[in-house]
Amino acid sequence: MIRVKELEKSFGSFEVLKNISFDIHPGKITAIVGPNGSGKTTIIKSILGLVKPDNGEILIDDKSILSEYLYRKNIGYMPQSASFPENITVREVIKMICDLRNSKIETDPKLINYLNLSPEMNKQIKNLSGGNKQKVSALISLMFNPSIIILDEPTAGLDPVSSNNLKEIIIEEKQKGKTIILTSHIMSEIEELADNIIFLIDGKIKFDGSVLSLLTYKGESKLEKAIANMMSEKSAWN
Amino acid sequence: MELILKIIRFEFSNAFRSKWIIIYSVFFFLTSFLLLNFGSDNGRAILSLMNVVLIVIPLVSIIFGTIYVYNSKDYVEMVLCQPIDRRSLFIGLYLGNSIPLAAGFLFGTLLGFIINGYPDLSLDTLALLLAVGTALTFIFTSIAFLIGIKFTDKSRGLGFAILIWLLLSVAYDGIILFVIYYFRDYPIENVILSISLLNPIDLGRIMFMINFDISALMGYTGALFNKFFGSSLGFIVSFSLLIIWFLIPTFIGLKFFNRKDF
Repeated sequence: MIRVKELEKSFGSFEVLKNISFDIHPGKITAIVGPNGSGKTTIIKSILGLVKPDNGEILIDDKSILSEYLYRKNIGYMPQSASFPENITVREVIKMICDLRNSKIETDPKLINYLNLSPEMNKQIKNLSGGNKQKVSALISLMFNPSIIILDEPTAGLDPVSSNNLKEIIIEEKQKGKTIILTSHIMSEIEELADNIIFLIDGKIKFDGSVLSLLTYKGESKLEKAIANMMSEKSAWN
Repeated sequence: MELILKIIRFEFSNAFRSKWIIIYSVFFFLTSFLLLNFGSDNGRAILSLMNVVLIVIPLVSIIFGTIYVYNSKDYVEMVLCQPIDRRSLFIGLYLGNSIPLAAGFLFGTLLGFIINGYPDLSLDTLALLLAVGTALTFIFTSIAFLIGIKFTDKSRGLGFAILIWLLLSVAYDGIILFVIYYFRDYPIENVILSISLLNPIDLGRIMFMINFDISALMGYTGALFNKFFGSSLGFIVSFSLLIIWFLIPTFIGLKFFNRKDF
């Protein structure tokens, strides 16, 4: 389980996270939702250790992860926009990450087929389309069989077939008991995938609970309407 | 340590793929070859080569290093999502960037000497030239890393890097000249010596000039410099200062890197 306690982070004078606490449960897909700049990516990057919180604590299986790094062995991360060295091939990126992780190169052919990546494996990263870079990112986040999977807007930029295939993979991973964190602006996708939802506005948690309880709480049948309802109390999506 | 070596290995293959290192090496090869081949006096040729080293190496190391830090932001983010500590990554990136630069300089310059048929030069002079060039590469790359990590904005960082280079390689001599001129009626040799010691480029230049035995041209100050740098204490102090010039920016850079948000 991931436990976030009283997390605070500012960039200069801009307070991004204002004393937020929540739990993320294993075997569930938790969606972090909110307008642009509400702090979703900062939370994810804090869990990954890419962003250093000003205050608060993050515990994974009751162990604090701040200033640790080995816990990342159990995390697969797919960022919002893929970031790889440009002048090496997909195969070389995979080889390099396996090497850094001291892991044997075992790319699951089923995963590669599902993501339709076979024709791209020997291409340089700079020659890949944005969508194909996202697929490489998805492949890397899943290939080490991590117990925690963090997906930051995973289907943005993917074609409908790949998007659908990726969603099927996410559901399969959940069924294996993995802890999955997801951010997305596509409400239908969250409704389809997520069990729990954390709704952020201006760095504060506005709602934390199951998707069903949010619908009940807002008296709506569709998540999009329930979210819009909460959003109407604040300014629209930027 | 194993992680550092893995990162260095990756950086090496990346550096040698990029044409910059080859162009840099060819530049030093051509400079040393042409100066020794077409100059009538080997001594003057190596002095000219030293001047090129003192200008070009700090400039290329600081600019190349700063651009490298900004361009590798994505790569750093990707690596930091893996179970890797920031210290190993920083050291790996730093050595992976500075070693190819130093190797490019050493290879190009030595090749120029060898192709010229080992011209008549003292080995001490050649070794000092190579040592000063290598030390300046490591020092200015560490300053570049510090700037690149501290300033998030690329144009500000690059501007600051050029400013540091200008200050240390051009303006510093002007300041020294001003001090000498303004306080010419006072015994300020020791002050000048101390000020010179605080600039790694001046340190390299003075060590080389003293070794080349042209300090006699510099009058009393030259004699004082010769006495200091020619002594074992002078050598230890100069050597220690070059190490401090490398260590301070490296440690501050590492401290900033450990705290940096990506």
